[in-house]
Amino acid sequence: MPFWLDSDKRAIFYQIFTFLMVGLLAYYLVNNTLINLEKQNIASGFEFLEKEAAFEIGETPIQYSAADSYGRALIVGALNTLKVSFVGIILCLIIGIIVGVARLSTNWLVSRIALIYIEVMQNIPVLLQLFFWYALFYESFPGPRQALNPIDGLFICNRGVAMGIPASHPAHKFIIIALVLGLVISFIIKKWAKKRQDETGTDFPVFWTSVGITLGLPLVVWLIAGAPSEMDIPALKGFNFKGGLMMSPEFIALLLGLVIYTSAFVAEAVRAGIQAVSRGQTEAAMSIGLKKSHILNLVVLPQALRIIIPPLTSQMLNLTKNSSLAIAIGFPDFVSVANTTINQTGQSIEGVALIMLCYLTFSLSTSVFMNWYNKKSKLVER
Amino acid sequence: MKVVKLFVVFLATLAMTTAAMAGTLDEVKKRGMIKVGVNGSVFGFGMPDDKGVWKGLDVDTGRAVSAAVFGDPDKVEFIALTGVQRLPALQSGEIDVLCRNTTQTLTRETKAGLNFAQPNYYDGQGFLVPKKLGVKSAKELDGATVCVLPGTTTEMNAADYFRANNMKWKPVVIENTAELNNAFFAGRCDCLTSDASQLAANRSVAPNPADYELLPEIISKEPLAPVVRHGDDQWYDIVNWTVMALIQAEEFGITSKNVDQMLKSNNPGIKRFLGVTPGMGTQLGLSDKWAYNIVKMVGNYGEIFEKNIGPKTPLALERGLNALWTEGGLMYAAPVR
Repeated sequence: MPFWLDSDKRAIFYQIFTFLMVGLLAYYLVNNTLINLEKQNIASGFEFLEKEAAFEIGETPIQYSAADSYGRALIVGALNTLKVSFVGIILCLIIGIIVGVARLSTNWLVSRIALIYIEVMQNIPVLLQLFFWYALFYESFPGPRQALNPIDGLFICNRGVAMGIPASHPAHKFIIIALVLGLVISFIIKKWAKKRQDETGTDFPVFWTSVGITLGLPLVVWLIAGAPSEMDIPALKGFNFKGGLMMSPEFIALLLGLVIYTSAFVAEAVRAGIQAVSRGQTEAAMSIGLKKSHILNLVVLPQALRIIIPPLTSQMLNLTKNSSLAIAIGFPDFVSVANTTINQTGQSIEGVALIMLCYLTFSLSTSVFMNWYNKKSKLVER
Repeated sequence: MKVVKLFVVFLATLAMTTAAMAGTLDEVKKRGMIKVGVNGSVFGFGMPDDKGVWKGLDVDTGRAVSAAVFGDPDKVEFIALTGVQRLPALQSGEIDVLCRNTTQTLTRETKAGLNFAQPNYYDGQGFLVPKKLGVKSAKELDGATVCVLPGTTTEMNAADYFRANNMKWKPVVIENTAELNNAFFAGRCDCLTSDASQLAANRSVAPNPADYELLPEIISKEPLAPVVRHGDDQWYDIVNWTVMALIQAEEFGITSKNVDQMLKSNNPGIKRFLGVTPGMGTQLGLSDKWAYNIVKMVGNYGEIFEKNIGPKTPLALERGLNALWTEGGLMYAAPVR
C-alpha cells in the first residue's frame, strides 16, 4: 500500500509538515528582524541590563538608586508587580467569598446588595475604576501638612497613607520563626487528628487548636522578649512623612481597582460552585446526623471547590495581568519600568520579550499551583 | 491592554518589511501623505484645537515638510504618541518623521538607530512649583515628590541633578500628560519637572495659572529636533533642510506675506533659495519651488514661533536661545548653495 493511503503515515506527514512551516515562519521573522536591525544600526542583545539605569523609581521594595543597573531596576519593577498581585489575590479571594455567600443569603437586603455590587463592579472597565480611585485619592484628601489623623499613628493625605508599625526589634525574627513553627505544628496535628478519627472515630477540635498554637507561640516569644511595644510612628519632615509604613496613592488605587473589579467575578464563581451542589446532599448529610460545620466542611465545600477552582484560577491570572494597567496611574510596576528602559536604550524587542517572559512566569507559576490544588480537590474515583 | 499595545509594536517591529527600508520619499509620494508623529497634548507644540485642527510649532514643522515634498502643507497625517511610544513608532516605520519635542542625544542617534535634524527649539529643563510651597530654588527640593513623564530625557536629568546635589526625591511617573498635570495640580507632587517650554504649556492649562511659578534653575540642555530613521540619507536631508529653510527664510527677511515680491529680488542667495535660479530643490529630489512653498504656505521660523508660542500666545515664551544667530540666539542655518 502506498504511504499516502495509510492514514497513520499520513498523519505523521502532516505533523512534520506543520512543524516545518511553523519553524520556517519563525526563522523568517527572526532573520528579517535581525537584518533590519542591522541595517538601521539598532543595538540588540541583553548587554544593556548591566548598564547604569540613571532613573529613579518611586517605590522600591529593595534598595535601589539611579546608580544601579537596568537589571536591578527591572527586578524592582517585577517585585512591585508581585507585591500588588499577591496582596490583590488574597484580598480578592476574601471579598469574593464573602460577597458570593452573601449573594445566596436568604436575607433579601443582603443578597440584593451583593447582587448590585457584582453587577456594577464587573461591568465597569477596570481602567476606568483605576482612574476613579486615583483621582478620588488625590482630589479629596488634603496635602501632607493638613493630613487627616483619624486614629493615633495613622495619617491620610494626598501623598498616601502613612501608618505606625512596631519599631524594628531583634525579637521580630524569632516571632516570625514561632509563627512558621505554629503553622507546621498545626499541619501535623491535622494529619494526626484525621488518622485518629479514621481509626477510632474520636473527633478532635483541630481548628481552634491550630488557631491557638499559631497565634499563641509568637505571643509567648513576644512576652519572653520583654514585650517590646515601641512603635515607629510616621512624622512630617520637610515635604512628606518619614518613618512608619507608607502606602502611595498609586498602590492603593491600583489595589482597590483590581480587587473590587476581580472580586465581583470571584463572587460569581463562588455562588455558581455552591449552587451546583444539590440541596439533597445537605439534606442527606443532615439525615445521618452530621453537625452543621461538618456538613459544610465535609460535604458541600469539597464538591463546590471542584467547580470553583478552575474559574478562580483564571480570575487570579486576570488580576495579575491587569496589574500592568498600573502604568496609567503611575505605579512603577514591571511594564512601567520596562517601558522606561526600552525608551532609554531603544531596545524594544528585548524589552517586550522581557515583559512577556515576566508575565508568563507569574501566570504559569500561579497556574501550576492552582492545577496542583485542583488535582488535590478533584473527585477521587475509587 | 498596555501589554497588548506593546505586543503590537513588537510584532510591527518584527514584521519590519524591506518596504520600510526603501526610499521614504518614494513611499511617501506613492501614499500621497506624510505620517508625522506629534505630541498630542502639549499646547503650542502639538495639540489639536477645539475644532480638531492640529496646531503647534512641531505641527507646523511637519506641515513644512509636506509643503516641501508635495507643494501642499496639508498632506500630513498627524499621529499622537506618548513619550514611551514615540521611538518604537519611528523605528518600526509606523511614522515617517517624528516632530514631538524630542531631545537629541548620543544614545538615541546610535543605539536607537535614529537621525536628528536641525533643532527647531532649544530648550532646557526646569521645575514648576505651587507658589504656596514657598520654595525659591531647586536646591531646596530635598525630599520632594516630583511629577515626571516617563521615557524622557527629563526623567534622567532629574535623577542626575538630585544625585549631583546629594538630595533625595520620589518620582511619580505617569505616561499621559493630561493625567500627570491633573495629579500635579491636585497636589500629588511638590513639583513638576519638564522642559521649560512644556512647563509653560502645562501652567497655561492649570485651574489658576497664577498659583504656579517656575524655579530659576535650568538644569539641562534640550535641543528639540525632528527625527528620522537611520539608513535613508535622502529623507534625512529633506527633513533637515526643511528646518534650515524655515530659519534661512527668517534670516533673509522672507515671510509668507512678502514671498511673492521676494521672487523679484536681485539677491543671488534669495534667488537660489526661492528657486528663481534653479538647482537647489532638485538636488534634494524635490521641486525647485520647495523653499518657496514652505515659506508661502507655512511661514518662516519667526512667524511660526510667534503664532504658536510667542509673547502674544498663552505660553508667552520669549525668543531667547531661539532667536536668530544675528540677534544673539542659536538659530543658524547652513548656506543654501
